[in-house]
Amino acid sequence: MNNRIIIIAGLIIFLCLITFPIWYNVVGGKAAYAPELKIVSEEKQCVESTKYMRAKHMQLLNDWRNSVVREDKRTYTALDGKKYDMSLSNTCLKCHSNKADFCDKCHNYVEVTPTCWNCHVAPEGNKL
Amino acid sequence: MKIDRRGFLKIGGLGILGVAAKPVIDVVSKVKLAEASAKKGVLVEKRLAMVVNLKNCKDGCTDCIDACHGVHNVPYIANPKDEIKWIWTEQYEKAFPDQEHRFIGGGMKGSPAILLCNHCDNPSCVRVCPTKATFKREDGIVMMDYHRCIGCRFCMAACPYGSRSFNWRDPRPFIKKINPDFPTRTKGVVEKCNFCEERLAKGLIPACVESCKNKALVFGNVEEPNSEVREILRSNYTIRRKPGLGTGPQIYYVV
Repeated sequence: MNNRIIIIAGLIIFLCLITFPIWYNVVGGKAAYAPELKIVSEEKQCVESTKYMRAKHMQLLNDWRNSVVREDKRTYTALDGKKYDMSLSNTCLKCHSNKADFCDKCHNYVEVTPTCWNCHVAPEGNKL
Repeated sequence: MKIDRRGFLKIGGLGILGVAAKPVIDVVSKVKLAEASAKKGVLVEKRLAMVVNLKNCKDGCTDCIDACHGVHNVPYIANPKDEIKWIWTEQYEKAFPDQEHRFIGGGMKGSPAILLCNHCDNPSCVRVCPTKATFKREDGIVMMDYHRCIGCRFCMAACPYGSRSFNWRDPRPFIKKINPDFPTRTKGVVEKCNFCEERLAKGLIPACVESCKNKALVFGNVEEPNSEVREILRSNYTIRRKPGLGTGPQIYYVV
């Protein structure tokens, strides 16, 4: 074990390098950055509560899609009894017409690329 | 509780008998259910179909094609290898190869026939689709769920009518004016006529039927004896494309 010092020093340098992105963000003060979303709608409430939508909008959209395409059922009854037309383009995007400042900001932050927009037409208002 | 050998065998035997009887009971109850739903079906039977009156179809008119391709964001790609079509025209003798002969009269020879998905009763495309992206609705519409299409093109090989087109490339640049209310398709999926199911849901008739000024296209429920389609089918002789294949096409042609 003659090389103990070299090995330990090497390990420490390696650990420093591999955790560099974390250090860098902590030093730069960007560690706790969260995306800020803009909502342009005058509506006070989405189809469900903000908490639910934030966590479950993908499942909701999947359910809507299956219901409309495969079962021809197009009306969604929300928890509060309000009824909505199940349509990404015609219901969701009527309020969230600023895709770049709403959908994309979070999706970019968590690095997901949903394929919705390959087919569904994004609103013109807020282009990236 | 004390149980002797004899009692144990009795209870065990009864238990096995009960388990064995369950499949029989299941079958009997299913038969009853099927009978009940069949009876219900008679009352609400719906089978959407279209009649194309080729006598009324004017040569050179493309109103129905423009209307359909406009509302459904169908791209115009000139190269026939890549072209996408939901409704199109073909010469009569090519559309109806089993009716073809040297002396076709009545002005039919070489005249254009309007072709679209036949929304078959027994659709071969549905049968071959490995992901169930193509399916048949209860009202007879053969529909596609583009979310599930993996682009294998089995359906294109299975369809004897050439009603399906594959998106070899991103269709967006080839759409003249995008209708924001209806999605486009993406590279790598198959597409075809959907009998305007999105318009039917709003209580509208298909775009092609609405756009035809000469009443060459009529749409309706063939199970309803008083419907317009049934009236035309009653008073005219009609043919279908390649009925011998057993797909049960639901586009009828008055020639």
